[in-house]
Amino acid sequence: MLEKYLSLLPELAEALAQTGTMLGIGLSVAILLGGPLGILLFLVGDGQSLQNRPLSALLGWLVNTVRSFPFIILLVSLVPFTRAIAGTSIGPLAAAVPLSVAAIPYFARLVEQNLREVPRGVIEAAHAMGASELQIVLRVLLVESRSGLVLALTVLAISFLSYSAVAGVVGGGGIGDLAIRYGYYRFETDVMFATVALLVLLVQAIQFAGNRVARRLDKR
Amino acid sequence: MTIETLIQLDRVARSFAHGPGERLHAVRDASLSIQRGEIFGLAGKSGAGKSTLLRMINLLERPDSGRVLVDGEDLTALGKRELRTARQNIGMIFQQFNLLRNATVAENVAFPLRIHGGHSAQDVARRVADCLVLVGLEDKAGSYPARLSGGQQQRVAIARALASKPAVLLCDEPTSALDAETTRALLATLQDVNKRLDVTIVIVSHELDVLASICQRVAVIENGTIGEQFTVSDWSTPRRTALGRELAALSAQAVLAAQAAPRKELAHA
Repeated sequence: MLEKYLSLLPELAEALAQTGTMLGIGLSVAILLGGPLGILLFLVGDGQSLQNRPLSALLGWLVNTVRSFPFIILLVSLVPFTRAIAGTSIGPLAAAVPLSVAAIPYFARLVEQNLREVPRGVIEAAHAMGASELQIVLRVLLVESRSGLVLALTVLAISFLSYSAVAGVVGGGGIGDLAIRYGYYRFETDVMFATVALLVLLVQAIQFAGNRVARRLDKR
Repeated sequence: MTIETLIQLDRVARSFAHGPGERLHAVRDASLSIQRGEIFGLAGKSGAGKSTLLRMINLLERPDSGRVLVDGEDLTALGKRELRTARQNIGMIFQQFNLLRNATVAENVAFPLRIHGGHSAQDVARRVADCLVLVGLEDKAGSYPARLSGGQQQRVAIARALASKPAVLLCDEPTSALDAETTRALLATLQDVNKRLDVTIVIVSHELDVLASICQRVAVIENGTIGEQFTVSDWSTPRRTALGRELAALSAQAVLAAQAAPRKELAHA
């Protein structure tokens, strides 16, 4: 029994690294592209300083459309795009492409939602002091919503940990893939338990870390 | 003392969309002159348009028509960037204080200096310290707003509004979230700022006793227009509006009370 788990260790380690790669890329892209998109969604929204109904409707429609794809269908339909970007459609790097595409609108919505929680009066006070839009974003919106943004990123990380299991379909690998291939398809229940247990631990750890950082950042 | 107009609202009007096809005329064709160095009050029932009128002075509300002149400059004619520069000359405080809650007291007061640049770190530190001394909160520089009482938070807001050395301080219901005791102390601070720094104060309040106690002149706003305008200490001229008569009675009481028992200093609460 123990021997079997030990023999599994190298494979588990590799799967963990693959999951780490997929999540790392997906979350980075989400922050770099989804974050600004979320800020823009907020700023062009009703009653905000860059209010722009057509642009708001267009961005909202785009975000909703990408988000309405079931992830596995998005994954398959993006194969040509993935090949163009990653050079291949197989492996964790390739799987990171559809993961990133799904993560951008997801995170954008979470960011927009969090910025809406910043009291209108605080933004207004900054305008009254002569702050520019960029200064309001950097010095007011992001500062006041920072703990909520950390929690949003935590939610995103956990959702995409489970999305990454689906990436096994394109040979993306990762812990979830291991659970499905060994555990589920080969009826090796103990392997399935081990991998799921590892996922449970990971999720708990991510949430714990997210909560801690958020609490430390929150002075409100 | 020479009389010099610092703020001039010239036939300003502002309406808002209000339901389908309807418009709410918050301010209609109002003109007002405010002198340098005075404390000027805007009185009126809720919904009369006094807040909209105040917010036109720094163009937080842009008038649909009319001009806004502050310190000789027509704000309505300025571009975005020029308006941002002009706003350094007009401080503002609010009913809900509107401080950054994730920033310390010192960072809040430094905010207007940092966004306009041109100040060295030393300059900023010195100016922040000066402003905090002015409002009696020098020992709270490192605290976060959540640790302060409402009165203290409003003092931080005053320090922040004064950091860029404005000529004008706009006060939108500054004491409405405070209890009576704290209100008196805060009004004493505003008077002190007015006298010592020669900052012109325009204050909106629905509390008539607040206006009676610190304003030299008051305008009563009714239905988006100036109902009447008077000097608070002048009781001989008959008042045209109900609010004007109430204010006269209140300021008479205040003077009598002051003669009976000289008020104690309430600089710090």
